[in-house]
Amino acid sequence: MAVQIPAVDYLVLGDQPHLQAWRCVACSAAYFDRRNACARCFATSFSRSPLATEGVITAFTRVERGAKQPFTSVVVDLGEGVTVKANLRGMDDPAQIKPETKVRLYTFVAGVDDEGTEAVAFAFEPVGHSEVVGA
Amino acid sequence: MSNNVWVIGTSMTRFGRFPEKDLMDLAVEATTGALKDADLDLAAVNILAMGNLYEATSHNGQRLQQAMGQTGIPVYNVVNACATGATAIRVAVMSILAGESDIGLAVGVEQMGKMGMLGGGKKRDEKKIFAPKGRRGGVVKAEGLFGTNLMPGVFAQAGTEYALTHGVTQTQFARVAHKNHLHSTLNPLAQYQKEFSMEEILGAEVISWPNTLPMCCPTGDGAAAVLLCSDAKLATLDPDVRRRAVKVSASVLTSDPYVDGGQVQADINTLTRNAADQAYAKAGIGPEDLSLVELHDCFATAELLHYDNLRLCEPGAAGQFIDSGAPYRDGRIPVNVSGGLLSKGHPLGATGVANVFEIVTHLRGEAGARQIEGAKVGLAHVIGLASACGVHILEKRAS
Ligand SMILES: [Zn+2]
Repeated sequence: MAVQIPAVDYLVLGDQPHLQAWRCVACSAAYFDRRNACARCFATSFSRSPLATEGVITAFTRVERGAKQPFTSVVVDLGEGVTVKANLRGMDDPAQIKPETKVRLYTFVAGVDDEGTEAVAFAFEPVGHSEVVGA
Repeated sequence: MSNNVWVIGTSMTRFGRFPEKDLMDLAVEATTGALKDADLDLAAVNILAMGNLYEATSHNGQRLQQAMGQTGIPVYNVVNACATGATAIRVAVMSILAGESDIGLAVGVEQMGKMGMLGGGKKRDEKKIFAPKGRRGGVVKAEGLFGTNLMPGVFAQAGTEYALTHGVTQTQFARVAHKNHLHSTLNPLAQYQKEFSMEEILGAEVISWPNTLPMCCPTGDGAAAVLLCSDAKLATLDPDVRRRAVKVSASVLTSDPYVDGGQVQADINTLTRNAADQAYAKAGIGPEDLSLVELHDCFATAELLHYDNLRLCEPGAAGQFIDSGAPYRDGRIPVNVSGGLLSKGHPLGATGVANVFEIVTHLRGEAGARQIEGAKVGLAHVIGLASACGVHILEKRAS
């Protein structure tokens, strides 16, 4: 089996893929990117914290121009003050997206490099979506 | 020290695409117009603040001096995303309030051509080996894989966030574009002067849903300039210049405070609300007192949110506000009677100066066919992602 690495360092692979955030030790503000200090309270200690794999869509768009393929971008509220931006599959008509639409995380191979290493990315799909995940 | 700052001259070029001109041709045209408007020449100016984005490392203030007159005054070249022009004005205002200058010149200029706001170039690596890069440890291009962070997508998502919370429809967003394109038909300085029907707007190519092509601002070229002065200086100027002077009742600039959700999707609301509230408090004026507003409608979705952010409507009621006709030019609070960014155009660095030009022109009663009759107080707002937000409140001089 090919070597797999996460496409971003806040995605944890394995049996139960999930996202992780840097949590400020002092105020628990969450960041996906590395920070020198907390933007909320200026503290400088962070710890890695696992995040929920299900959440609710709080914002969305369907990008039709400027992309190779149209895609749906969503902001998902994962609870505990953390939101994440990602693609959504299984809902190509944005007018379908209603308040409180629940989604769950899934992973897929986003690319392969010249040594055969696979980059695994994540996206979301509606809870109850039954499409078989092709790698 | 001056207690007040006054606009005594202002001018803008037409916005559009001018490949035959260079950046300085545009800046000189606007600056010359503003000086002529105030019946002054460059020798009177003590400070120059120059705003531009795409050639920001080219010392454009000094280039402007070389093009039209070098007097040795301090030059501040500023860049602050789409709030660059407002930032230039703010620099000149602060200098006058501090007593360091008595006449300040703020210029905003941009030449974008047809480059598009979508961004993104293609790179070709010789051998592709995944290696984590940057503060997210990314190994592949993020745009389009982890949602969208390009401008059309960001402002579309800002709109749908409001829509999910307050029940706004795509038709209500589209009405903003209907209004602004309609308004632009009266503005000879607008890049486009074409009315669109609601059917044409809703049926046009989707750029980033819910925004279709006429719901997105064009790229373009243009410049605008504002001449500002102190109380003491104003008293020495020609009576006709004094009569036409417009008071800067508030000049405010904000950036993003920390908010939870703002870390992954730009929050265009909080800093705008903060800027508006500070400006209203400073001016001692409320939204109900405004005769007209020029706000940052880079996309139709953005304008609707700013009705709420600038307190023009009840909280959550921006959809009803546009449906009521209130922001149309014959409505309760006319918004973007210039045509707004959607139709007047958005040469980035010029925008924050051009919207002050628009307000001043109405307060002087000199806006021609698009004049809002009896205009006494106006508000100019810009926001640039990063983020920076500028709000200026301007008042007609008591006669
Ligand atoms: Zn903290």
